Amino acid sequence: MSAADGGAPATESTTVLSALSTEQLIGSGQEGGLMDQVRAWVQRVRGGDMGALPAVAGFVVLSVLFTALSPFFFTERNFANLLTQAATLVMLGMALVFVLLLGEIDLSAGVTAGLTMVIFVVLVAVVNLNWILALAIAFLTGIAIGTFIGFFVAKVGIPSFVVTLGLFLGFQGLELIIIGAGGLYRVETPEILAIQNGTLPTWGGWVMLVVMLAVSATTSWIDRSRRTRAGVPNRTIALVWAKLITIAVLGGVVVLILNQNRGTGFKAIEGVPIVVPITLAILWLGTFVLDRTKFGRYIYAVGGNAEAARRSGVKVAAIRWSAFIVCSSLAVVAGLFSISKVGSVDAAAGRDIVLSGVAAAVVGGVSLFGGRGRLIHAAIGALVIAVITNGLGLLNLPAGVNYAVTGGVLILAATIDAVSRKRAGGSILRT
Amino acid sequence: MDMPIIELKGVVKSFGPVDVLKGVNFTAYPGKITALVGDNGAGKSTLIKGLAGVQPYDGGEVLFNGSPVHLHSPRDAGALGIEVVYQDLALCDNLDIVQNMFLGREELSAGTFDEGRMEREAAETLRQLSVRTVKSVRQKVSSLSGGQRQTVAIARSVLKKAKVVILDEPTAALGVAQTAQVLALVKRLAEQGVSVIIISHNLVDVFEVADYISVLYLGQMVASVKTSETNNEDVIGYITGVKTYEGTSA
Repeated sequence: MSAADGGAPATESTTVLSALSTEQLIGSGQEGGLMDQVRAWVQRVRGGDMGALPAVAGFVVLSVLFTALSPFFFTERNFANLLTQAATLVMLGMALVFVLLLGEIDLSAGVTAGLTMVIFVVLVAVVNLNWILALAIAFLTGIAIGTFIGFFVAKVGIPSFVVTLGLFLGFQGLELIIIGAGGLYRVETPEILAIQNGTLPTWGGWVMLVVMLAVSATTSWIDRSRRTRAGVPNRTIALVWAKLITIAVLGGVVVLILNQNRGTGFKAIEGVPIVVPITLAILWLGTFVLDRTKFGRYIYAVGGNAEAARRSGVKVAAIRWSAFIVCSSLAVVAGLFSISKVGSVDAAAGRDIVLSGVAAAVVGGVSLFGGRGRLIHAAIGALVIAVITNGLGLLNLPAGVNYAVTGGVLILAATIDAVSRKRAGGSILRT
Repeated sequence: MDMPIIELKGVVKSFGPVDVLKGVNFTAYPGKITALVGDNGAGKSTLIKGLAGVQPYDGGEVLFNGSPVHLHSPRDAGALGIEVVYQDLALCDNLDIVQNMFLGREELSAGTFDEGRMEREAAETLRQLSVRTVKSVRQKVSSLSGGQRQTVAIARSVLKKAKVVILDEPTAALGVAQTAQVLALVKRLAEQGVSVIIISHNLVDVFEVADYISVLYLGQMVASVKTSETNNEDVIGYITGVKTYEGTSA
């Protein structure tokens, strides 16, 4: 334990002593200063546990590349545009993480988003239902879809690939039946349009940043005080500062850019798009559940070794089932982001995005084999794919190039996943 | 002799027309290591699954500390302090040692994980077992060797003060050095008062650690002897059915 972390007060010296004697045999991987932690991290990366590292690198390289190639890429306007373009994919990718962690897949997540939005828009435009009621029905439909998939996967035992492929086709049919071929409904609800087109007031962005810092600092503080109470070593406090400073600097730059006027007409457009805090809140909540609650831990356990989880008393079927419900529910949110951006719903809503969602998660470092990955990985992966789409669009390259490049990046990411898995597996044989 | 912590009297189990256990008597003592040996199909696994509550016996009596108990589910066995370490280990590769040891029984504080407390208890359990081969309790299980995994699986079973630990072929997949480590660990378990039941095909291991040897042959307990009062040749005889046991103490 370093002196810098404040440690336990002298009155608890006995606990500290016994903790120290434990350490002589077995460490907790949290000892040592900043450099020790950095070394340990490097070792983990070299051992195949790369996380989002390749995706972050890809994001930076692509951003630099497009900035060099197009004068429009690194502008306030395009920056905001990029975020709102990416939002749907970020949300869909995060939705899919819950089932990907189980080693399952939901090919119907995109059309679930599409179908629920078709239902929402038709209820508002044709039935004249109150939009909040319509939204509630859309979410209930999403939950029902997740329940349906979960039942067939967890209880009946059909591979999720097959069940959701069936729904992928079936829901496209339903959308066609409800809307009619070639039909299109405009989204008229201002509250829904505001998600992607409205912005926080400029001070709102700073408030958002302060809230993020406060939440991060508080959780770190709670974690550390719990560890101190238990008498186990804490990571050096420098890491907490590093994290807070990173959030402050990166977030500060983002808010600063988004607070510039990016309007082209008389009316100023400035501030953080409303979709950003919504996405961050869901990202935080989902990460909290996955990292700190039994439900989250059991998702990882089932994805890692379902039989081991079962023998440990985990209700495997219930976990599988609920993960599909979470996925479908978050897909509805992705649908909302999508119609808010596009402004309309047609009979093909959500058909094209599901594989991009899977791609986003995999590019970000979520394993298709289950058990490995985080929500932030899917978010970063989605940003990488959005940068490709956005940048290639600015270069006026044909859409075909976009598909080809995205596909190439996906295969590259899956290769990194497979190779790092092999490396992690290899270490079993080596020792 | 001490009172047995586990005593099976005439337990029977059949699958359809096949009688797998034909009235088996078996005892295990606190602080002692009892080896359960027998050829494939002798009924070792079935006997163990009954104790674990995974496949309840059809008949017969189970006494725990002298009083009759019913083992109808793994939960019943767990409540009595009977833990099983399965041959295929049942650990999650993607979780770390602490997470694996506490899987299914995480310590919570205000609805969220109290990682500090779990880490401390895991480290203490490993320390009590004098485990020196594990570098950090926050290592992912995927980075551990076979022997280290077996160690974690055993430590997991004693984390919540188990009274009886059943080990199914704990050394089957291990090298020489790792086997020695695990056998030493098994001995330390018994020294702490835990009743250990070990299933093994490896008679060298059995003679090294076991206090008692019980031999199953075609669903019947053909011999239950003190290790010190028998030898390799006899035990092989009992296992293969060429010799019968004619001792007095059973």
